[in-house]
Amino acid sequence: MTRRRGPSTPAAARPAAAQERPDAATARPRAGAAGEAWRWLHRNLFSTWYNALLTVVGLAAVCGAASRVGRWALTAADWRVVTNNLTLLLVGPYPRDQLWRVGLAVLVTAALAGLTAAAAGGGRSGVLMRRAPALAWLLAPLAVLWLVHGDGAVLDVVRTDRWGGLLLTLMLAAVGIVVSFPFGVALALGRQSTLPVVRAVSTACIEVVRGVPLVTVLFSTQIMLTLFLPEGLRPDRVLRAMAGLVVFSAAYVAENVRGGLQSVPQGQIEAAAALGLNGAQTTFLIVLPQALRAVVPSLVGQFISLFKDTSLVTIVGLQELLGIANSVLANPDYLGRYAEMYAFAGLVYWLFCYGMSRAGRRVEQRLGLGRR
Amino acid sequence: MTGERQAARDPAGGPAGCGVNDPIIVCEDVHKWFGSFHVLRGVTLTVRRGEKVVIVGPSGSGKSTFIRTLNALEPYQRGRIVVDGIELTSDLHNIERVRSEVGMVFQQFNLFPHLTVLDNITLAPIWVRKRPRREAEELAMQLLERVGIPEQAHKYPGQLSGGQQQRVAIARALAMEPRIMLFDEPTSALDPEMIKEVLEVMVELAQTGMTMLVVTHEIGFARQVADRVLLFDEGVIVEEGPPDQFFNHPQHERTRRFLAQIL
Repeated sequence: MTRRRGPSTPAAARPAAAQERPDAATARPRAGAAGEAWRWLHRNLFSTWYNALLTVVGLAAVCGAASRVGRWALTAADWRVVTNNLTLLLVGPYPRDQLWRVGLAVLVTAALAGLTAAAAGGGRSGVLMRRAPALAWLLAPLAVLWLVHGDGAVLDVVRTDRWGGLLLTLMLAAVGIVVSFPFGVALALGRQSTLPVVRAVSTACIEVVRGVPLVTVLFSTQIMLTLFLPEGLRPDRVLRAMAGLVVFSAAYVAENVRGGLQSVPQGQIEAAAALGLNGAQTTFLIVLPQALRAVVPSLVGQFISLFKDTSLVTIVGLQELLGIANSVLANPDYLGRYAEMYAFAGLVYWLFCYGMSRAGRRVEQRLGLGRR
Repeated sequence: MTGERQAARDPAGGPAGCGVNDPIIVCEDVHKWFGSFHVLRGVTLTVRRGEKVVIVGPSGSGKSTFIRTLNALEPYQRGRIVVDGIELTSDLHNIERVRSEVGMVFQQFNLFPHLTVLDNITLAPIWVRKRPRREAEELAMQLLERVGIPEQAHKYPGQLSGGQQQRVAIARALAMEPRIMLFDEPTSALDPEMIKEVLEVMVELAQTGMTMLVVTHEIGFARQVADRVLLFDEGVIVEEGPPDQFFNHPQHERTRRFLAQIL
């Protein structure tokens, strides 16, 4: 079950891609850049008459579509539906006098990303440079939560029903990803356990959740958590939605990780055992590092899916990016401005998904080191 | 952990038996089944401290399975195995004690691909023996010198040749300072030109007085270092003897046929 729905390439680009034949063997060095370009065109786009035809038709289609979209975006479209509501779309009903906190949270996140990139790129690996990112990764999420939510003492509490728009989307996705990962790994290990009870419980959890749509999980956590938990401990709606996303995502993480666990050869486990490592040491030092490395691509794909799936929380009444977009569209002032609004929302989703995709590639490349 | 290690050694190192000729491995009538397949059909073998035993035999004869029972990688169903004074039962504690006393080298090397050569070697000393990292790394570098590839310490296994990988695997096993080394066809997965470099390391190790059990088809190695050669067939030891007698004057028809095939 692969759930990789990466950022899709525009359909119009397909015909041109279909006839690409990168054929390095026929490449001949030639004096002059123009000659080189001509040869490249000939080889890749006009090698036969039907390839030439496809190229011309494909190019015409792409240009036609692009010019229509461009003309619409620049002339017919009325972007005020987005620009007038930009703050609303980004943070929803978050108190306007507290917006600086969100800004600061964004800065913290950007600093974390910068630090990670610097640590990953830099050849020098002093103790500080190796330890700093790990520490930052532990502290930054807490700092962001504290900034956005507040504690009632230093920062006023902003209750989660004031969270909305892109802010809510990102908080849901981040919590969903970060929390579901350890649970998913635990479930995957549980499913491989030699203890029948642990194995049965893990398998049941995974299969039940995987057998129902996310909407069902979201509804169940909205309704059932309030039924089962004691009166005083009634989590708010956002927390319940987060729980639903975590439960759903953990089951899929577990199945991905299980695939990785199975890809670790038996010989690795035997070698660890022969050295006297115990079961826990074998799992955490030998098996899991190799298993997780193997599943980074599918995990990234899955987390991208989860990010997009956060849009489903509108169904349980939360106003994340798409929810806010829909309520703006319901305003008579912006009647019929669907195209502009959804183009904007789509662009925002795409930016984040593409970013995650790129980050995933970087992680893969970094981890690929040991496999060479 | 150090305390347990000491405890593990006491039975053999105590006054009861300290000499060079004391048995370090005792197997009595060991039987093993894979499902309904009877792999080991009553193996009885005593190995003395410092002895080098080479085990040969056709594939499927149970020779690999047998040496894998000696560090409990394979459980056995009947009989008794005592390694360095510790009886191998299903007791996990005993099994871990035996495993940290017995080094093993596999046909497929089984190095950990996500760790550097140095980390492969220091892993068990650090986590099982609880040695300080610096000390474990010093020992690892000494061992890499000994197997002749100190310059590869910071590479990953995948960047090494097969022969180099197997030498790292030997160093990794030696880093636990085992009293017994088991070799399960250590050169069978190697290209011919790399076999020699691994055998040289093994010969050198034999000269240090290590107790070694080696499953191999390298007759030259067996003649050079073995104190005893065993022929395994259909789950039993068919013939055993010093290499000279085993290869030149085999007693059993089965041994003659086997030697005719491999020589």
